[in-house]
Amino acid sequence: MLLAIDTSAGTSVAVVDRDGGVLAEATEFDTRRHAEVVGELIAACLDESGIAPHGLSAVVAGMGPGPFTGLRVGIAAARAFAFGAGKPCLPLVSHDAIAFERLGGLAVATGSADAAPATTGTATPLLVVTDARRREVYWSAYGGLDEAGLPVRIGAPALTRPAELDEAVSSSCGADFAEAATRTDPAATTVSAGALGMLGETLFANRRPFAADEPLYLRSPDVTVPGAPKRVS
Amino acid sequence: MSNQPLVLGIETSCDETGVGIVRGRTLLANVIASSMDEHARYGGVVPEIAARAHLEALQPALTAALAEAGVALDDLDAIAVTSGPGLAGALMVGVGAAKALALGAGKPLYAVNHLVGHVGADVLRDDGTAIELPTIALLVSGGHTSLLHVRDLLDDVELLGETIDDAAGEAFDKVARLLGLPYPGGPQIDRVAAEGDPRAIRFPRGLTLPKDLAKHRYDFSFSGLKTAVARHVEKLENAGEPVPVADVAASFREAVVDVLLTKALAACADRGVPRLLLGGGVVANARVRQVAAERCSAAGIELRIPPLSLCTDNGAMIAALGAELAARGRTPSPLGFGADSTLPVTSAQAV
Ligand SMILES: [Zn+2]
Repeated sequence: MLLAIDTSAGTSVAVVDRDGGVLAEATEFDTRRHAEVVGELIAACLDESGIAPHGLSAVVAGMGPGPFTGLRVGIAAARAFAFGAGKPCLPLVSHDAIAFERLGGLAVATGSADAAPATTGTATPLLVVTDARRREVYWSAYGGLDEAGLPVRIGAPALTRPAELDEAVSSSCGADFAEAATRTDPAATTVSAGALGMLGETLFANRRPFAADEPLYLRSPDVTVPGAPKRVS
Repeated sequence: MSNQPLVLGIETSCDETGVGIVRGRTLLANVIASSMDEHARYGGVVPEIAARAHLEALQPALTAALAEAGVALDDLDAIAVTSGPGLAGALMVGVGAAKALALGAGKPLYAVNHLVGHVGADVLRDDGTAIELPTIALLVSGGHTSLLHVRDLLDDVELLGETIDDAAGEAFDKVARLLGLPYPGGPQIDRVAAEGDPRAIRFPRGLTLPKDLAKHRYDFSFSGLKTAVARHVEKLENAGEPVPVADVAASFREAVVDVLLTKALAACADRGVPRLLLGGGVVANARVRQVAAERCSAAGIELRIPPLSLCTDNGAMIAALGAELAARGRTPSPLGFGADSTLPVTSAQAV
């Protein structure tokens, strides 16, 4: 049983179970209200699933990539909830949850009727592209699902301008991949905490490692190193 | 819940990540992680750098505070968090974390006002003297310069005035840079001013002329002072004369201190309040404390200055307000409150 939190786009929270699938999921798509809504969404998911904090085995946190102000709120919340409940907090790459869902891994993991087992262990090139604001996008490249139904990331999360996306993907994953891959629409691609949570359950079940415990800001803080003080006279 | 509630407070409104724990009015832990060094090369607090640092510092600070207090998370009666005013992105880290911590640990949560927290810090003094109200409070730091009339710590706090441009601490940073001194400017100005003559140069006192006093009796302005210092320094440099750094620093500091205390004591007199409380990081400035002591004593006003570790931004002062709220049986804050960078000062509990 996991609580999953992701604020790399909107704010998404879920309680998932390896056998029971997504028990509760609540999402606020407004990208400027993370701190405001995160508490209510967690409370709603615990309530709906009927799971108490001590009944969870861990918390999973979407580490991005995502715009920094919002991304950080979810990570802070996931870590703090885990600390409060005395459970581990496990980091995941948010784009992996999108790929897990789009490539059919989620359907397999939740045993849903439209699950397509044929999609596991096959090559299905997918390029996850999400909005980074400031006229930039985040992207990650996936070759398909492996035998365990887990997405195979072949190009690390990166930040680029839309006009330079083709070149960036080609040079990292090859021109063939860039041409063949299905691309997600950055304006309409968000992260589902349900998918993130089930990805976590599937990693657990297969004893796979989680991601690095570092926020994927992929962008330096906005700062200006001051020059000499401006003259006033 | 007893009237000595055990409360943990989280503060992330600027560049210090503070976690404090109190039992009633007794301080048990006050852990502060500052990202000040990371801001030094930029000459001031960079909001995004501060916010990133909060995310990394929060959990270690929680662990350290619980260890310092010798209590378990389970023992807590409530959690309190700064919901504003402050830097939006920095506040959001504390607010998001505090809500999740409260839910994970199954504790009630209070959203509190940072400025009122500075006043609340005074209840934690260990000299056995209880805070007396009403009091005028002068809160001065790199982020704020505010004058309050506090009649009740929880419910009746009136903002008399605040800075209309730079905070006093910011003025110290900017003038230090002008004089080629490193960040943060307060301690540097204090250090070089020790050798200088505070009456060497008569720098302007912002918003103290009769025409300004009509509209801004209790407001502050330090931007004109900063420009006057810059102009003075440039004039000397243009003339090829050496800049008497110690005199400039001492005279600048004197102008800031003079205007801060003139306005604070005017508020005491106008409101008939014989008490002045100081708070905020600028209280670390030796000359501020000295002039405050002299003028308060001359005016027959009781001066209260909490220990420095409780004057700079910290989680203990937030916990102290949480404990007062819990002891008075206040309803915890609903979970939907936000980080409010411009939260008005009226009461201790934000929502
Ligand atoms: Zn402060």
